[in-house]
Amino acid sequence: MLEHYLSLLTKSIFVENMALAFFLGMCSFLAVSKKVETALGLGVAVVFVLAVCVPLNQLIIVSLLKEGALAWIHPSFATVDLTFLSFLVQIGSIAAVVQVVEMAVDRYAPALYNALGVFLPLIAVNCAIMGASLFMEQREYSLGEAAVFGLGSGIGWAMAIVALAALREKMRYSNVPEGLRGLGIAFILTGLMAIGFLAFSGIQL
Amino acid sequence: MLRKMLDKLAHSFEKGGKHEKLYPLYEAADTFLYTPPDVAKRDSHVRDALDLKRMMTTVVIALIPCVLFAMYNTGLQAHLMIAKGAAPLDNWQTALFQMFGLGFDPANLLACFLHGAIYFLPVYAITMAIGGNCEAIFSVVRKHEINEGFLVTGLLFPLTLPPTIPLWQVALGIAFGVVIGKEVFGGTGMNVLNPALTARAFLFFAYPAQISGDQPWVAANLATLPQGVSGATALGRAASDPSVVMNHTGDWTATWWDCFVGTIPGSMGETSTLACLIGAAVLIITKVGSWRTMLGVVLGTLALSSLFNAIGSQTNQLFNLPFEWHIVLGGWAFGTVFMATDPVSSAFTDTGKLIYGFGIGALVVLVRVVNPAYPEGMMLAILFMNMFAPLIDHFFVQANIKRRLARHGAA
Repeated sequence: MLEHYLSLLTKSIFVENMALAFFLGMCSFLAVSKKVETALGLGVAVVFVLAVCVPLNQLIIVSLLKEGALAWIHPSFATVDLTFLSFLVQIGSIAAVVQVVEMAVDRYAPALYNALGVFLPLIAVNCAIMGASLFMEQREYSLGEAAVFGLGSGIGWAMAIVALAALREKMRYSNVPEGLRGLGIAFILTGLMAIGFLAFSGIQL
Repeated sequence: MLRKMLDKLAHSFEKGGKHEKLYPLYEAADTFLYTPPDVAKRDSHVRDALDLKRMMTTVVIALIPCVLFAMYNTGLQAHLMIAKGAAPLDNWQTALFQMFGLGFDPANLLACFLHGAIYFLPVYAITMAIGGNCEAIFSVVRKHEINEGFLVTGLLFPLTLPPTIPLWQVALGIAFGVVIGKEVFGGTGMNVLNPALTARAFLFFAYPAQISGDQPWVAANLATLPQGVSGATALGRAASDPSVVMNHTGDWTATWWDCFVGTIPGSMGETSTLACLIGAAVLIITKVGSWRTMLGVVLGTLALSSLFNAIGSQTNQLFNLPFEWHIVLGGWAFGTVFMATDPVSSAFTDTGKLIYGFGIGALVVLVRVVNPAYPEGMMLAILFMNMFAPLIDHFFVQANIKRRLARHGAA
């Protein structure tokens, strides 16, 4: 059992890296990766949101939305299937968790709050979070698997953005051609990083 | 005389001259032949006669054993396979070789060397021509100097290719490596990934048929080989059953020493651990390559291969491949000595280099053993750690700053 969770964790960090294998969460990945400290802050926030949201959504889907999940209220609800609501509900729960994170960061790390700016509330629409949530639904993970998968996806995304930030800090003195400065070179870097992450593609766990 | 000629030409390349735009080309020719004229006039920070140009030249010198062995072994492998029943390749290289009238004799040192050179030199020439031109165009347009760094990239890249690689792919690969891997970042010293490896990785993923599998490693037509004989590399065979390689059964007759010396099929320059060791000695004595990085790779490989040996596995025989075999197979030695130590794309801090190397060593074993998609992991392991090298440095620099602040008090 432990082995299963460990392999799921490794898989979600390296083999199916949210940023560099699926290219999810690109907007904040490219925008907030100029400094390592800021990137680390956003990375930790994303890890937290993912680790909470994915199991939370799993609980909601299994215990409220799935066909027959509401049978405990009344036997006549046994045929009710609310899965058509799953998108809406998942977006709602993600937004709620992000709101909590935002308030916590504002309270306990005001410097980070200012550095992250608009990208902190924008975690709510970070596709890596919705993506992980939908992968979880599609693959029908159990609660434990969902928690591990959420955590792993978050760590993988955070690792990628921190590495990109370190690369971009190193490149501050690089004489990049004018047309490519800023986002252009970040896109090329992301592509090259994805080549590096291909080392893990194909690993069967 | 050459000096006079260059000086005579100088004025037309300097500001206001006829060929002002082509100054980088002139500058490159001049400083490559002679020591640069701009000597530091006041106190300089570095008390050493070594500049980037001489540093890169040292790497080229360190690579010479690999190059010579690459030529010999390419011919030798082709002749061995032809002796086993493969037909010579039907191409201009074979035609050219036959004009010398030496015959496909694996015991004839000169014949092997010549045949290999006929394969290696065109690949090298194309690399230098295309890559050099990309570099020259960028330096002319962007007005920076052409740098000797390309001499190293241009020599490393052909050595990592199989002998049968189509020449147009060589051109495409090196153009990608130079432009996307280096020039878009601002040229030599500013790239984040090793350009030679970027070029190879590009070819590896774009045209896998010509750079992986059992076919491309020997310059002979393997279709006519008898049953049970193949041109697969040692790692390719080990992927299905490492005991074949370790006990040299079947058509695999190479012992550990053969693998160490390098008379086995593979990419042209990677097979000889011995030649790489000579290169390593040159790099370490001249302090051009970092022994810390190399030591890190050795330790990483040792740690993870021992771990896998201890775990063991019934289904995946590669778990049992011991350390001493890992280091003589595939591109391990070549990557460790020449690719991982690239001062630009590796870590800068001393401890950082150890960790960076350890990561490469561990990752190589991981990819080789656990990832069935690729038999060899050296290239991808180095590229992966290139990405994380600045991050490793970042944490060590921050830790240093904190330690010094603590040492000198909060005054």
